[in-house]
Order: sequence, then structure tokens, then C-alpha cells
Amino acid sequence: MLDFLNRLDRRWIFLLMALAVAVPVLCKPIFPEQPSPLTRKLFDTIEELPEGSVVYMAFDYDPPSQAELGPMAKSFVRHCCLKKHKMIFANLWPAGPPLVDENIRNVVNGEFASENFVYGEDYVNLGYRPGNQVAITQIATDLRKIYPTDATGKNLGVLPLTRSFKNIFDADLVLNVSAGYPGCKEWVQYAGTKGDLKIGAGVTGVQAPQLFPYYPDQLVGILAAIKGAAEYEAAIAQKYPQYADPQKNEAIKRMGPQLFAHLLMLALIVLGNVVHVANRRRGGVR
Amino acid sequence: MTRELMISWFLLIAGGIGLVVLSATSEKGVGTIYVKPVPAANQVQTWTETQRTDSAAVFSPYRTAGVWLAAFLTLAVFSYLYKDNVFYKLAESMIVGVSAGYYLVANFWDSIVALLMTELTPQLVRNWALPSLSETKTVDPWFLVPLVLSLFLFCRFVPRLSWLARWPLAFVVGTFAGLRLVSILDADFISQIRSTIVPLIVLTNGSFNVWASIRNLGLLLSVVTCLAYFFFSVPHQGLFGKVSRVGVWVLMITFGASFAFTVMGRITLLTRRFEFLFIDWLRLIDP
Repeated sequence: MLDFLNRLDRRWIFLLMALAVAVPVLCKPIFPEQPSPLTRKLFDTIEELPEGSVVYMAFDYDPPSQAELGPMAKSFVRHCCLKKHKMIFANLWPAGPPLVDENIRNVVNGEFASENFVYGEDYVNLGYRPGNQVAITQIATDLRKIYPTDATGKNLGVLPLTRSFKNIFDADLVLNVSAGYPGCKEWVQYAGTKGDLKIGAGVTGVQAPQLFPYYPDQLVGILAAIKGAAEYEAAIAQKYPQYADPQKNEAIKRMGPQLFAHLLMLALIVLGNVVHVANRRRGGVR
Repeated sequence: MTRELMISWFLLIAGGIGLVVLSATSEKGVGTIYVKPVPAANQVQTWTETQRTDSAAVFSPYRTAGVWLAAFLTLAVFSYLYKDNVFYKLAESMIVGVSAGYYLVANFWDSIVALLMTELTPQLVRNWALPSLSETKTVDPWFLVPLVLSLFLFCRFVPRLSWLARWPLAFVVGTFAGLRLVSILDADFISQIRSTIVPLIVLTNGSFNVWASIRNLGLLLSVVTCLAYFFFSVPHQGLFGKVSRVGVWVLMITFGASFAFTVMGRITLLTRRFEFLFIDWLRLIDP
């Protein structure tokens, strides 16, 4: 048995992992989610803003991180629509604009089509700008310098929502969906330090441990990885029963495959250590 | 024929037969996309995806081709897990090429046109690309500076003038150093020290809050022990050695958390790819 495990082709592990993820995707098991304090704090911040507050949606991500961050972005937009907040979309990643368009199309103009949100009054899409932290510094000082027009080429001065919007401090809240650089860390460093600015973030798992130290003083809340997204969907479902059906919540559905993949990982880690100890006892170095 | 090649051929043929059978028997259609027109106020006709059963549904060959191409590329990348092969290399090359092309076009429009040309030639940009650009916008000659500096970068290709390429680089390095110094000092040094100054005995509504007190104590001990580990002016022996040893444990726990979060992220990516294959392509389950 030990020799078999020592010689095991790693491709069997890949196959096991594929099955551990694929079978739950097909069977769609749902597990209960409870919002953690970090998620709850961010949810409450958006919830407690008065109707019509201006929320700057800094969607700094692109398709490779859509699986993790897409559900967060969707939940943020959904929650802002439920609260009838004004939304200003922007992103600093070149491949990000189609994802912002997707959220506007599916949520603002799709799910909430009956609310008749008007472009320019209720939401604006500024589009992509290069410059990373320099762009963030500009947004924090003079938005028009870096965004003279919106994504469609309209002058910001003629749009009611952005007419009097001078810089990021005119927003009541910044919601950043961050896949890396530039992202949440840069928003804290280059915008958060310039004044009293509330920033909430949804981030990839890779970034999350680096950003936890910013909570609660520099970030009002953090959604960490798909788990954070699932918790946020659960928080919305608790407050708004029309979203209680788990099948409507992408992140909650993705937690099923997570569980089985994690169980497999744990089993493999235990097995690997058992094989290692057994090899040492046998006296062979492998 | 090697064993691995036989398995590869078996998987290809079995997959192909499975696709043909599924296409012939599936009521939902395999990888077929139907669209319907969206009422639009302007002249531009847009389309949205719909079910085949919708009375206004029209078969979309382009979107269907897109789904099949995406499915092929997904499987081509997965195939690397078995063995490096020509399909994987093709997918890899396509990603590199498409990304380079996309970034070039995106940066041309959003950087050169939107940020530079609007300032130097607003009338031209208004007539050519951005008709809604403010009529009052005038030429800002200061933007000649970044234009000239940008052109200097190309001097790298002319040996006699290559020294000019150092000027824009010096500008970039200097600007970023200044920006980062101030911001990082504030966000990651002063603010973090302030966040670490917490009460060790937490009182909530006049009563002792055990868990909050333990959390704050843990925060303080973790910071102190980690700093001790990175303090190399004193030998790590005796009591100091034990404190720094605790710091190592704190670091290990942090690395473990980072690894676990990374694993969670990668599994999510795999989950989304399977969702795409099973739902968007093969239509095995409903969304």
C-alpha cells in the first residue's frame, strides 16, 4: 500500500479534485451561510445610507477573477438598486469595462427594469482609465482631469449625477471590487489617506490576508473571496426575502463545490503526512 | 503508440461521440445561443440572449461560435493537466496574442485619445471621436510635456539618442517614489500603529467583554512577537529567543491563512469553468 501511494501518479489527484468539484456543480447542494462581522458591517453601511446616496463603484477586476468577484459586484449593485442609491461605475483594469456593462445590463436594467433607473441621473459609467495609483490620486483630487467624459463620450458636466461631483469625497461610500493591483490597497493608500472616506471592499482570496489589517479603521468591511460573496448574498436574503431562494445566488451555489474540494484537500494533506511518517519509520528517504 | 497517446485518443474519441449523442438527444440544444432584439431608443440595434422557445428568438451563429470556442479553449487548457500538448500551446498563444491586441486598443482610446489628445487637440477629437466633448475645452499646452517625454521613450531605438529615454523613466521613478512614500507612510505605518493601540481590558456597557479582550491581547502579542522575530540586533536566545519563536508561529499561521485563501480562490475558478461547461455549453443542468 505504501509503495502504491509513493508511486501514485499525481494525475489521479487532479482527477479526484475534478470530480470533487464537478459532481457538486451538477448536483447543486446548498449549505446555510451566516454573515461574518466583516460582511455584516459592510452590509449595514450600505443599508444605513439614506436613499439616493452616491456610491462610487470602483470595479477593479477583469475576467480571470470574475468567478470570485462577479457575485460580489452583482450583490453590491443589487443592494444599491434596492436602496435606490446613485451609482458611479468606474474601473482601472483595461479588460474590466465589459464586466461593468454586464452588471448594468443584467442588474440595473434587467433585474430592476421596473424601477426605470435613468442613465446620467441614477447611474453613470465612467469607463476605464489607465494610470493605476496616479489615476486614483487624480480621482481623489479632481475627477474631471482624468474623466472629462463618461464611457460613451458624454461630457460629465451635462450629466445630472456627475455635474457637481468634483472628486471622490463627494461620494458617500466607495465600493471597491479588487482583483489585485491596482485595487483595494491602492484605494486605501492613495484616496483613503487624503480625507474622511468610507471604503468597503470585495477582494480575491489571494489579497484578503493582506487587507484584513485595514479593518475596521481604514475599511468599513471586507468580503473575502467567494465565502465573503456568499455571506453577503445571505445578508441580502435575510433582509430582502425575494432573494431567499439560494438558486438565485451564485456565490452560495459555489460554496457546495468548495466544501467537497476542501474535504478532499484535508484528506490528501492527512494522507500525505501519514505517508511521510510511514516512510521515515521504514527508514527510506523519499 | 504509447499508453499516454492511447488514453489521449480514447478521451478525444469518447468525448466526440458523447457530444454527438448529446447534440442529437438534447432538447435544449448543445452550445446553441438564441437572441432577441432589445427595444432601443437610438438607432443602434442591440440583442439579448433568450430561450429557444421564445417566440422572438433568433439563432445567433456568432455567439454560438463563441461558446464553442470558449469550450474548446477551456478543455485545451485543462488538457495540460494530463500532459503538455499542441492544444494547450495553441490556447496559451491565443491568450497572449488576444490580450496584447486588446490592451493596445484599450490603452490607445482610453489613454492617448481620452487623456492626451483631448487636451492638445480638443477640436479634432470632438469632430472625430468624442462629439460630446465640452465645447469650451481649450488647448492645454502643458500636455506637450508628457507627449515629448513619451516620444523620448522611443529614442531607445536610436543609439546616439538613447540617453534621452532615461528622462521619462526618471520622471516616472521619481513621481512614484514620492507618491508611495507619503501614502504608504500614512496608510501602512502611522494608521497601522494607531490600529494596534487597543484596550486590553474591553468593557461593553460597563461589563467585562472577555472575547474582545482576548482578541485585543492576541493582536498585541502577535505584533510584538513578529517584530521580535525580525529584530536581528539581539541574539535569538533565552527569553528573547522564545518570544521570537512565537513570532514564527504567528507568521506560519498567517502563511497558512494565505495559502487557504489562495486554494479557495483557485477552486472557485475551477467551479466557474465547470459551470460554463455543464450549463452554458452542454446544457446538462439549468442555471
